[in-house]
Amino acid sequence: MALGVEVRRLKKHFHGGDVHAVDGVDLRAGEGEYLVLLGPSGCGKTTLLRTIAGLEDPTEGDVLIGGNVVNGLPPRARQVAMVFQSYALYPHKTVMQNIAFPLKAEKIAKEERERRAGWAAELLGIQHLLSRKPRQLSGGERQRVALARALVREPSVFLLDEPLSNLDAKLRALARDELKQFQGRVGTTTIYVTHDQAEAMGLGDRIAVMYEGRVRQVGPPREVYANPVDTFVATFLGSPPMNLVHRGDHLLGFRPENFLPAELVEGDGSRVTVSLEIARIEYLSGDRHVYGAINGMGEETRVIARLPATVTTPLEDGEVREFAVHERDLRFFDAESGEQTHAQPVRA
Amino acid sequence: MSVSQPPPVGLRGRATLADREGFLAPLFLLPAVVYIIALVAIPLLMALAFAFSDVTVGDPSFEWVGLRNFDAIFDDPVFWRSLRNTLVFTVISMALTIVLAKALAMILLANFRFKWVVRFLVLLPWTTPIALAAVAWLWMLDSVYSPIDWVLRSLGFIESNVYWLGKDDLAMASVIAVHTWRIVPLAAVIILAGLISIPDDINDAAAIDGAGFWRKLFEITVPLTLPVIAVATLFGAVLTFTDMSVVYVLTRGGPENATQVLPSYAYLKGIGSGDLAQGAAIALFLFPLLLAAAIAILRSVKRMETF
Amino acid sequence: MAVSAPARLAVADRSQVERARRRTTIRRRSGRVGLYLIATLAALVAALPFIWGTITAFKRDADLYNSENNPFVFNLDPTGEHVSFLFNDTSFLTFAANTLWVGLVVVGVTLAVGLPAAYSLARLNMRWSGPLGIAIFFVYLVPPTLLFVSLTRVVAILGLQDSTWSLVLIYPTITIPVSVWLLMGFLKAVPRDLEEQAMVDGYSRLGAFARIVIPLALPGIVAVVVFAFTLTAHEFIYALAFISPSDAKTISIGVPTELIRGDVFFWQSLQAAAILVAVPIAFAFNLLLERFITGFTMGAVKG
Repeated sequence: MALGVEVRRLKKHFHGGDVHAVDGVDLRAGEGEYLVLLGPSGCGKTTLLRTIAGLEDPTEGDVLIGGNVVNGLPPRARQVAMVFQSYALYPHKTVMQNIAFPLKAEKIAKEERERRAGWAAELLGIQHLLSRKPRQLSGGERQRVALARALVREPSVFLLDEPLSNLDAKLRALARDELKQFQGRVGTTTIYVTHDQAEAMGLGDRIAVMYEGRVRQVGPPREVYANPVDTFVATFLGSPPMNLVHRGDHLLGFRPENFLPAELVEGDGSRVTVSLEIARIEYLSGDRHVYGAINGMGEETRVIARLPATVTTPLEDGEVREFAVHERDLRFFDAESGEQTHAQPVRA
Repeated sequence: MSVSQPPPVGLRGRATLADREGFLAPLFLLPAVVYIIALVAIPLLMALAFAFSDVTVGDPSFEWVGLRNFDAIFDDPVFWRSLRNTLVFTVISMALTIVLAKALAMILLANFRFKWVVRFLVLLPWTTPIALAAVAWLWMLDSVYSPIDWVLRSLGFIESNVYWLGKDDLAMASVIAVHTWRIVPLAAVIILAGLISIPDDINDAAAIDGAGFWRKLFEITVPLTLPVIAVATLFGAVLTFTDMSVVYVLTRGGPENATQVLPSYAYLKGIGSGDLAQGAAIALFLFPLLLAAAIAILRSVKRMETF
Repeated sequence: MAVSAPARLAVADRSQVERARRRTTIRRRSGRVGLYLIATLAALVAALPFIWGTITAFKRDADLYNSENNPFVFNLDPTGEHVSFLFNDTSFLTFAANTLWVGLVVVGVTLAVGLPAAYSLARLNMRWSGPLGIAIFFVYLVPPTLLFVSLTRVVAILGLQDSTWSLVLIYPTITIPVSVWLLMGFLKAVPRDLEEQAMVDGYSRLGAFARIVIPLALPGIVAVVVFAFTLTAHEFIYALAFISPSDAKTISIGVPTELIRGDVFFWQSLQAAAILVAVPIAFAFNLLLERFITGFTMGAVKG
């Protein structure tokens, strides 16, 4: 039975108040929702996760599961299961014993334990590894054991702390896909921590972008991507990051994929053109990343344009070309606070 | 990182002696090896030789007597008593020590006010020279003035003093108690090392998995610290097995050899009675037993999971 | 999909959750109390002789030798006469000086001999490094009670009988094996990259060892120093066997033999001596507890 998770005015301080790891967070994850906590290291996402799990006590604020305040309850009583970045498998126990271990606390008899552990293992395709020890497994296999161990208790909430970061890049994409399917099947509320924005965009129903202990923005991936609420979110999501140009008291922002050779952008009077002095061009999996400098929009800025494979316009290092971005793809941010502001007249 | 400038690369030319590992490695080891051979290996062989001789303090001339000393020892009931006592003391002390040291290690790890005071006090038994600690206990267990007896009498548990060091079983218990009291801090520190090396993740995972205090202790913590516990046992056993000072100071082996152990008996015979040869023969029994125990323990440590 | 198993809390049920939270708070608190109790008990048991000893050191004879008196309080006024007896009328200060100087020299020898040996075994991996390391550890197992017979002869032959030099010579046999083992652990903890960086920078292996490794392993080395010093200060058997004249004795044998003349025990002075020796060493040990632990971890499990 999936349950919703909520934190209210949550604060977690360390070292007697010197370190504000989590500095006032209000967040909700609905039943069955896949919520991703995204942010750079040190932003507090892992601390937030651990507080929800019950591994840390909040300094202030409440954690609610299923609508009830669970502050002070140990992790087990909260019916949460957690998968750690290092998987935290018990090295001296076999895979079967690892998966069955959580059931011991429920005082379930041995045959029943093993039956359930077998069921969880099958669900993850590792039933042939049951008698091995963790050190005999590959990274991907260990991850599945960790998932099976979390699954076997049929928890109400899954908490995952960067479970894919220890896998090599190729495996990661595959694992991401499997994880999403898996969660869809099982339907448990999932809170997932990562610093990889591509992962967050791919996996989450909603993304909560965190920085310095606070949530900057929450929303579906597309929304957060298209309408970032401040410059931090704007530059954290998207690879390459959003271009920002200083222009008096505000910043002009546009994404590299919206910055194209002028002839390719609708010329209906609502596009902004500018001369791009091309410095160099990178060829990446079919796309072209064009690095250069512009001068006509505001202060001189180094920007990046991302041309998909379908754009075949020939370009050379050192060229100066007219590029353009459509007005509707422009975002405006206050130069001091970084927050998004209303549109400003741009025509040069 | 460098304190002074190294010579410019070009000028140093080819590797000097200070580089060649094949040369440095044995050179670095040489002093230690020489020391040990000169002052351990050779005396060990000498002791071996003494055991087969008739050397005494009074008559230091050396003559082979074959197995005569060993015959004398095997006929000596005190020797068998000492052997048995040594084993009993070591085994019981170690069993007690491991349990108590494990608990103490967990206390040392925990966070509470006055942690430093407790840590300091708890280390005192180990940091005091053996002889002085034993002397302190001599009074604590005195047949007339023992403070322990005083407390027991005041609380009404006993009428007259307990002869801690005067009665056979009590004397043995007292010696075991003092040994344990001394070794527990050292063992606790070693075990503490093991506890610290368990990754935090594993403890967190156990909490998430619902393991309570006892389950976590027996199913996670102890299995993962078993190698370290074995090492602590080894150290403790060596120190207890070869120690003569506690017995020497507390009871001199009495009453009636009830607490006599091999080391103290060897000393008594060797220096006390002057029969160096017999002393050596008796002490000789210590080494093979220790060696066997050490090999057994180290081998099982190697076999244990390393991850 | 979920089946309610026994001992499973229905988190959605508010009253159950409230009850569980209360129970947890109670359990936590009683756990805390339990911890304090046990810690106090442990501290008391460990320190009992010392607590009693500190009080006794200042007791008058009439107070002490009365089996009815509470041994833990001053029934008559405290007196410093026994402590001054210790300092003025016995060779306590000489013993202390002897122990200190023997300790320092032995520690010096141990480091000079043991540090290179440990480095060789930890870093310069020759084929025989492994077995040799174990062999050195096994030397630790040879009991002094076996060796003292032959060593007494050796000491006599060298003419060091009754001199503290005999101890300086012999004690390293006790300290070196254990120190090498511990130092191996500490040296292994120094990352290889740093040495290799130094060698790339132009230092020889020897230079890298002296200038990089030693400073980085310094905390561990200090811990080994304290441990070795402790072993030296504690040592009883060899000191008893090699030395008879008072002015050459160390504290470990001097105090018991001087302050126990026949059947007469100078208890108060004895206690004062014990405390004076134990406290500084315990202090030093405490400071280095963390370092010491690292050495054992590395040496024991990975060695």
